[in-house]
Amino acid sequence: MKKSAIGARIIKDRLFTGIIFAFSAALIIPLIMILSHILQKGASSITPAFLTHLPAPVGEAGGGIYNAIIGTLYLVGLASLLSVPIGMATGIYMSENKNSKLSYFVRICVEVLQGTPSIVVGIITYLWVVKPMGHFSVLAGGIALGIMMLPVIIRSTEETLNLIPHSLKEASLALGVPYYRTILKVIVPSAFSGILTGILLGVARVAGETAPLLFTAFGNPFINYNILKPMASLPLMIFTYATSPYEEWHNYAWGASLVLIGFILALSLITKGVTRR
Amino acid sequence: MKESVLEVKEFDFYIGKNQILNKIDLTFSRKQVTAIMGPSGCGKTSLIRCINRMHELVQDTKVEGQIRFYGKNIFEMDPILLRRKIGMVFQRPNPFPTMSIFENVIAGYRLNGIKLKKADQNRIVEESLKKAALWEEVKDGLHRKGTFLSGGQQQRLCIARALAMNPRVLLLDEPTSALDPKATDHIEELIVELKKTVTIVLVTHNIAQASRISDFTAFLYIGELIEYGSTQKMFTVPEDKRTEEYLTGKFG
Amino acid sequence: MQEEDLTITSGKISPTGEFLFQKGIRLSGLLIAGLVVCILITLIFQSIPAFKHHGLSFFFSTKWDPVFSEFGVVVFLVGTLLTSFLALLISIPFSLSISILLGEYLKKGWISAILKSCIELLAAIPSVIYGFWGLYVLVPFIRPFEMGLGIIPYGVGIFTAALILAIMIIPYSASLGREVIQLVPAELKEAALSLGATRFEVMTQVILPYARSGIFAGILLALGRALGETMAVTMVIGNSNFLPESIFSPSNTMASVIANEFTEATGDLYLSSLIEIGLLLFIVSTIISVIGRYIIKKLSIQQQHS
Repeated sequence: MKKSAIGARIIKDRLFTGIIFAFSAALIIPLIMILSHILQKGASSITPAFLTHLPAPVGEAGGGIYNAIIGTLYLVGLASLLSVPIGMATGIYMSENKNSKLSYFVRICVEVLQGTPSIVVGIITYLWVVKPMGHFSVLAGGIALGIMMLPVIIRSTEETLNLIPHSLKEASLALGVPYYRTILKVIVPSAFSGILTGILLGVARVAGETAPLLFTAFGNPFINYNILKPMASLPLMIFTYATSPYEEWHNYAWGASLVLIGFILALSLITKGVTRR
Repeated sequence: MKESVLEVKEFDFYIGKNQILNKIDLTFSRKQVTAIMGPSGCGKTSLIRCINRMHELVQDTKVEGQIRFYGKNIFEMDPILLRRKIGMVFQRPNPFPTMSIFENVIAGYRLNGIKLKKADQNRIVEESLKKAALWEEVKDGLHRKGTFLSGGQQQRLCIARALAMNPRVLLLDEPTSALDPKATDHIEELIVELKKTVTIVLVTHNIAQASRISDFTAFLYIGELIEYGSTQKMFTVPEDKRTEEYLTGKFG
Repeated sequence: MQEEDLTITSGKISPTGEFLFQKGIRLSGLLIAGLVVCILITLIFQSIPAFKHHGLSFFFSTKWDPVFSEFGVVVFLVGTLLTSFLALLISIPFSLSISILLGEYLKKGWISAILKSCIELLAAIPSVIYGFWGLYVLVPFIRPFEMGLGIIPYGVGIFTAALILAIMIIPYSASLGREVIQLVPAELKEAALSLGATRFEVMTQVILPYARSGIFAGILLALGRALGETMAVTMVIGNSNFLPESIFSPSNTMASVIANEFTEATGDLYLSSLIEIGLLLFIVSTIISVIGRYIIKKLSIQQQHS
């Protein structure tokens, strides 16, 4: 009687372990399916010309996604330019004034911003930038992506700065170094790799964002460097071409998907390298 | 008594509503080592942190009374200039982790944006490291990170960093409490050597250390100055009963 | 003596630098606070025309007909809730298993390293690529399945969207779940094991009850993401503005209707109605994610104090 009870318990335990392993392993299936599909479909369209040419009209051979690659770099660069200084400054403020009322309020705001759906950021930027200007633009897209990057940068800056020992600040101040120089020349450089990780994570997060760009950067079949004009981007191009009825455009989209995933994976590899150092 | 560098007059210190120091009167003589000792929580660390106004890093502190540096009230001076003239070394060695040994020594200049010629930089680094008795050990690897050194070497690097600014007073806040006995010996010898050029205020809870290297000793107990005088006298014929009890290990 | 003068006179003590720095970082903080407040105000302000026109009927009407200026959010609300909760339901067994595996059974070793990288990879894939893959791989796969069930084989619809969403949110709840399971004090587990409990019993009777609120928070955060997820859903949900008949029907979510119709919205009322949907989405997902984060913060503070 007792023996069989123990036996039942052991069987239950084994069964549970088996189920846990099975469900966990199952997760790998969609990952492999997605990655292999993109690799298979995308690799065949990627040629040097594909990366360096503008899209060709439907029915014409050749053509590429040059405008989208440049557009994504342009948008992500602009977003970083806008969000990194403000995000870092806010992170510094919060870490230096942990108990102030403003820090408390900003902390809630960062949480709200992190939970804000990307489509809402798109609406907001449309209302703030596109509508007053009267047309879509790189600037609007950059601002939308910048807003999405902010919470990531603020949090990582604040969290890394909180880990810097207080004794470093004391050492610097005791040398007669003014407070602002202490923060900028001692504390921030000591936290450099953590902050850089945050920035890279932020870039990786927004590089694949599509929803905030729908009504801001909008897209453009040509190359455009004017900040006040619309511009293409990889995720947006994937969306437009994927939902089009043309087979050739689907191939563009697979190629663009592979390039985009490659870009994001490269970023996360760099991030890992930075953290390990 | 020799010429005084620092005078503490009727000095009170509060953190929030707690009074940490009560009516302290002390005079620190030029080019002498003055030890401040007492059981933990007596306010000795608070006292030396007030001397270069490091207490201002803590929120909600209040001071009453005066501390005079060459006759000038330090609370009317610019704290930044004051700290350049009164160097400080902390309990735990804290070299800047992102900087090399060379950069650590010259940090007081670089961080303050003071431009120096390369030759001046080399001279200051060499002199300071020699004064801190570290030169021979590190001269071949000045561009290695300071954090690779041993604890005792790091602490001497911190002393060199403070000396590089050519301070008038060097505040040492239990500089050997995180070090092993051998490194402690080294630092103690160094302190005796250093008093030829600089006035030293040493906070310690180590009675033997105070007796070995200080010229004057102040005994603090629960925020009050119990006794102050020459070290030799205090350790042989203490005036106050509490001093005697402390020195004989009855409390603390 | 000369060196002394060097340090005193030539040091840069710029009160302006100090002042600008202090003001600058404070201003940045204020800017972030202002940004969030302005987002809310803008959304509210821009929804007023729609609200004035429909009043509360907006929240009860199942009709969305821009041609006749009839706007009701119910269809999208139903679509959003159905896809999100279905996705959550599908994802929970997987995310919970991974949390348990990585948090307790296999804390180290190559299997857990591989699994962790897989989760990171899944989290890194952009939503538009999930949608693209869903449209060309998952949808053709679902169709015969639907035919087998004897329903109209759209392929696209709530179920397909929920399936894609489930894959997308597993990484979030799984990594959070793993963290909270790792927070369970070792003494508790050891105590139970020393009493002769099996691992399964330790898990169900000690670890899961202890980590309950944290796991719940992870699920909440995943729900927050699912509600606001736009691109993948837009591409596979079928974009139908009618109440779904079953979980295989095409539908539309709050986010996907905005994505589809915002740039084409003619007329202020139409646009304002879409913004009102955006406002609703913003409020709901913000509340959910703030509650989730609050629970997690409370947990980690508790942990530090014990």
